[in-house]
Amino acid sequence: MRVTGWLVPGLTVAALVVLGIGLAWGLAFSPPDWQQGETVRIMYVHVPMAWLAMGGYVGLVILSILGLVWKHPVADIAARELSPIGATVTALCLLTGSLWGRPMWGTWWVWDARLTSVLVLFFLWVGHAALTRAFDDAERGARMGAILALIGAVNVPIVKFSVDWWNTLHQPASVTRLAAPGLHPDILYPLLTCGLGFTLAFWALALAATRAGLMERRMRALQMAAARRADVSPDGRHSAAPEVRNRMGITP
Amino acid sequence: MTRRRRRLTVLLLCALGLGTATALTLTAFQDNLVFFQSPSDIAANPPPPARAFRLGGLVEEGSVTRDSTPEGRPRIGFRVTDGQSTVAVQYSGVLPDLFREGQGVVTLGQMGPDGVFLAREVLARHDENYMPPEVAEALRRTGHWNPASGAAPPPGGRPTAGGRS
Repeated sequence: MRVTGWLVPGLTVAALVVLGIGLAWGLAFSPPDWQQGETVRIMYVHVPMAWLAMGGYVGLVILSILGLVWKHPVADIAARELSPIGATVTALCLLTGSLWGRPMWGTWWVWDARLTSVLVLFFLWVGHAALTRAFDDAERGARMGAILALIGAVNVPIVKFSVDWWNTLHQPASVTRLAAPGLHPDILYPLLTCGLGFTLAFWALALAATRAGLMERRMRALQMAAARRADVSPDGRHSAAPEVRNRMGITP
Repeated sequence: MTRRRRRLTVLLLCALGLGTATALTLTAFQDNLVFFQSPSDIAANPPPPARAFRLGGLVEEGSVTRDSTPEGRPRIGFRVTDGQSTVAVQYSGVLPDLFREGQGVVTLGQMGPDGVFLAREVLARHDENYMPPEVAEALRRTGHWNPASGAAPPPGGRPTAGGRS
C-alpha cells in the first residue's frame, strides 16, 4: 500500500509524458504510409489498445490463478478492478479498428477470425466485470470471475494467431514477427512510444483502481466491526473502539 | 499433497482438457473459419452455382476493365489471381480507396453461369508493411522492391481514390 502510494502518481506522470511525446510524434511528426496515407495514424491508438487488451487479459489470468490457488485476497480485488479497464481498452481497439477498416478495407466490420475473436475477448472482459459483481458474497464472485477468466484464456492464442492460422481480412502481425518488423523505423518508433505510454497509463489506472478497491474493502470491514460491536453492547452505548469511530467519522 | 498443490493440479488438468477440446474443435471447423477462398480452392473444388461465398486474391495486373451495365451503371471487370489460378470478376458499386491492380481484395458474391464471379461487395486487403511514400518510391526506383510484400507503388506516389484503370 505504501509502495503503490507513490507508484500511482509516478506512473501517471510518466504515462502522460511518454504518451504526450508518442502521440505528438505519431499524429503530427511521423510520415504517412505510402498506400494508406494519413489514415495509418489510427494505428498509433489501435495497436497499443490491441496489445493492452491481450496483455491485460494475460494479467487477469495470472491474478485469477493467484486468487484461486493461493487464495490471495489482493489478487481478487485487483482482478475485479482490472476488468472494466480491460473492457474499455478492448472496446477502443474495436472502435478504432472499425474506423480504420471503413476507409481502407471498405467495411466497418466483417466476421473474420481476428475481428470475431477480439469481439469474444471484449465479451469476456465485460462478462468478468459483471460476474464478479453479481454476488452478495464478494469471495464467491471473485471465484466465479476467476473461473470465467481462466476458461476465456483459450481465446488469447486464438486472437494472436488467428491471422496466421486462417486467412482473414485483417493483415498479419507487423511488429512481433520473426523477420524484421514490417514497419519503417519512422513509423515503428512512434508506435512503440505510444505503446509504452498507453501501457504505463493502463498500469497507473489499474493500480489506482486496486488501491481504491482495497480501501473500500477495509472500510466495509471496519463498518461491519463497528456495527457488530454496537450490536452486542446491551446498554445502547457505542462500544466501538474510539479509533474506529474516528476513522469512520462517527460522532459519539 | 497440500490443498494448494491439489488446487493447482486440478486447475492444470482442467486447462489441459479445455485446451485440447478447443484445439480439436478449431481443427474440425477449419474450413468454416477461413474468411475467403482462393482461386485455386475454387478450381479444385467448384462451389454450387447459387451459393454465395468470398473470393480472395490479388487483382491481376492489366486485367481491370471499365464499362457499364445495360442499365447504365458503371461496371468494373477484373481478374483475381493467387499465382496459380485466376477467376474473372464483375462488379458494379463503390470500390475501396486501396483498390488497384496488384492489390489484395476479398469479394463476396456468387459464380455466374458463364464462370464469371458476380461480386456484390469488394473489400481491399493490405499487407503488414508500412513505410513512408518516399521510401516506397525509392525502393521502386532502385529496383529493391520486395515482391513478397505486395505490389510495388505506382510511379508518382499513392493512387487516388477510385483507382487507375
